Amino acid sequence: MNVSAAGTLDVNGLDYTILAIYFAVVVAIGLLARRAIATSEDFFLSGRSLPAWVTGLAFISANLGALEILGNAANGAQYGFAAVHFYWVGAIPAMVFLGLFMMPFYYGNKVHSVPEYLRRRFNAPTHFFNALTFAVAQVLIAGVNLYALALVVKSLLGWPLWLAIIVSAGLVLVYITLGGLSGAIYTEVLQFFVILAGLIPIVVIGLHQVGGFGGLVDRVHDRTLLDTWQQSGVGHWKNPLGDWLGLVLGEGFVLSFGYWTTNFAEVQRALSAKDMSAARRTPLIGAFPKIFFPLLTIVPGMIALVTIPHFGGEGGPDYNDAIPALMGRLLPNGVLGIALTGLLAAFMAGMAANASGFNTVFTYDIWKPYVARDRSDRYYLNVGRIATVVGILISVGTAFIASGYGNIMNYIQLLFSFFNSPLFATFVLGLFWKRTTPWAGFWGLVAGTAAAAAMHFAAFHIGYFYPGGHLDPTHATINAQMANFYGAIVAFVVDVVVTVAVTAVTRPKPDRELAGLVWRLPSEGGLVEAREPRRHWWESEPLLGSGALGIALVLSIVVLFVK
Amino acid sequence: MSEQSGTGSANRSRRLFDLRYLISGLFLVYGAIEVVTGLLDSAAELAKADGIRINLWLGIAMLVLGLVFLLWARLRPLRPADHDDGG
Repeated sequence: MNVSAAGTLDVNGLDYTILAIYFAVVVAIGLLARRAIATSEDFFLSGRSLPAWVTGLAFISANLGALEILGNAANGAQYGFAAVHFYWVGAIPAMVFLGLFMMPFYYGNKVHSVPEYLRRRFNAPTHFFNALTFAVAQVLIAGVNLYALALVVKSLLGWPLWLAIIVSAGLVLVYITLGGLSGAIYTEVLQFFVILAGLIPIVVIGLHQVGGFGGLVDRVHDRTLLDTWQQSGVGHWKNPLGDWLGLVLGEGFVLSFGYWTTNFAEVQRALSAKDMSAARRTPLIGAFPKIFFPLLTIVPGMIALVTIPHFGGEGGPDYNDAIPALMGRLLPNGVLGIALTGLLAAFMAGMAANASGFNTVFTYDIWKPYVARDRSDRYYLNVGRIATVVGILISVGTAFIASGYGNIMNYIQLLFSFFNSPLFATFVLGLFWKRTTPWAGFWGLVAGTAAAAAMHFAAFHIGYFYPGGHLDPTHATINAQMANFYGAIVAFVVDVVVTVAVTAVTRPKPDRELAGLVWRLPSEGGLVEAREPRRHWWESEPLLGSGALGIALVLSIVVLFVK
Repeated sequence: MSEQSGTGSANRSRRLFDLRYLISGLFLVYGAIEVVTGLLDSAAELAKADGIRINLWLGIAMLVLGLVFLLWARLRPLRPADHDDGG
């Protein structure tokens, strides 16, 4: 990411005051949340006590890291309106699926983590493989987040890179180590509102400047940027995001379902809810704000494209600079401080989500079963705190390494998004096909992960992924998103094929060991919470889920007629 | 329901504080700062924001959000093991 072209912002004492107030509040949250922590479950899962609106907003906020905000603004500038697919085809259906179909298995079994579900459904090797890849991925992604944060601080405020890295890591360390998951979740909810307060003024002023939404559409020179489903025919695609098959199966089905339903950093927010209904409503409540985020990310990306000279081209700011560049051009001091606070808060929350997911999986899924069993609860609470400190120190290290390789962060981000695709295949088979054997789970996961990595490198040599079908020897013009979609499909298919093949030659678990872990195989008392009496009609999960899907569908149709 | 709920969480751990007061507090402070800034904005700052009094409007919106959370927390306070949507 090259943010330097956006120029340093004219921040003054007022903006710094606003920033300082936020940081003070975040540290206070850590200190206050610490008083409520007596057991390891309080630390790792907030004692399973939080109401649905808190976990729902934290769920969406943990995903609303600054890489997501800057990345989708960049997508808006680069791919135009087609980028709405990341939200309405991708995220929303997956979040609804998680809330309606998968959460009963996670929450009803009282598992602490996603890997723990794999241990009970399959076997210890599957569990260990997943716990390890997850822990490594979280630390690396936290490092990339940290590096990106430091870059933004450096270019917007002029701080040196090392100072920015250490200050931001220190703040995250304070509120996670002290406050555990509660500290992270409370900060995420607060941050959700601060980010909205920072982004909305950019959109309001930006749209005002270009003459409203119609003015924005009129001023887009490259008319293919107004396509959403248009020109996405398989075999002869001209759509900015490739063909519909990759979009629907790759992005919509495998990548999004994989990310939202198996990424523990997300699922952990729902596991901290106070009861089954609240856990299921967590992703459903999060889906409603998510539907409207394109307005706050893709639209500013397109505003930047039409208002900033040479944007995304020679001598102009990079696509990733859309939001920072608009902040510098449009926001007077005061609002500028709020927007800056929101952006930095988003970076720290993204990193905090990784850190809290990491410490839980490390403690419960690596240290406890494989290193030190049967210790006191106090012992595991301390392991969690130490794991957080060590994890963040390693991320600081990887942040410095990443700073030596300017563009490696995109690749790390891409590579680790692959781990979710095979995992999702293993989950779907394990959940809906009770015959799936323990070793099939393991080998399917290993083969799928290997296939994802292989496809990532092979895609550069396949002409179909280049515009017009012409293989570019420098690999510069490859449609990276499209290659990513197809990579996910390949990983998913390989995982399914290997899982089914291994299942055919190995012995499945008996039904009684799978009770509560497989669809239509209820345990004796595990899922009773699902049948507790409902109190209000608006707390109905099917209503919330179909409502979110309905709004996304209507918006998807409306945007077809923008052109 | 309230009769059986008191014992479960009381001896296990102390309750988490009410997040709604914190959100309310932060946004009332931010809102006040923004309203004052908005009233004092110079012509140059107005021009930068394309003529919109953005500090003032954002300040008012933040004050409203702060008051909404304050009201919500006051009207539906936390009770032990509350199964309502309070927080």
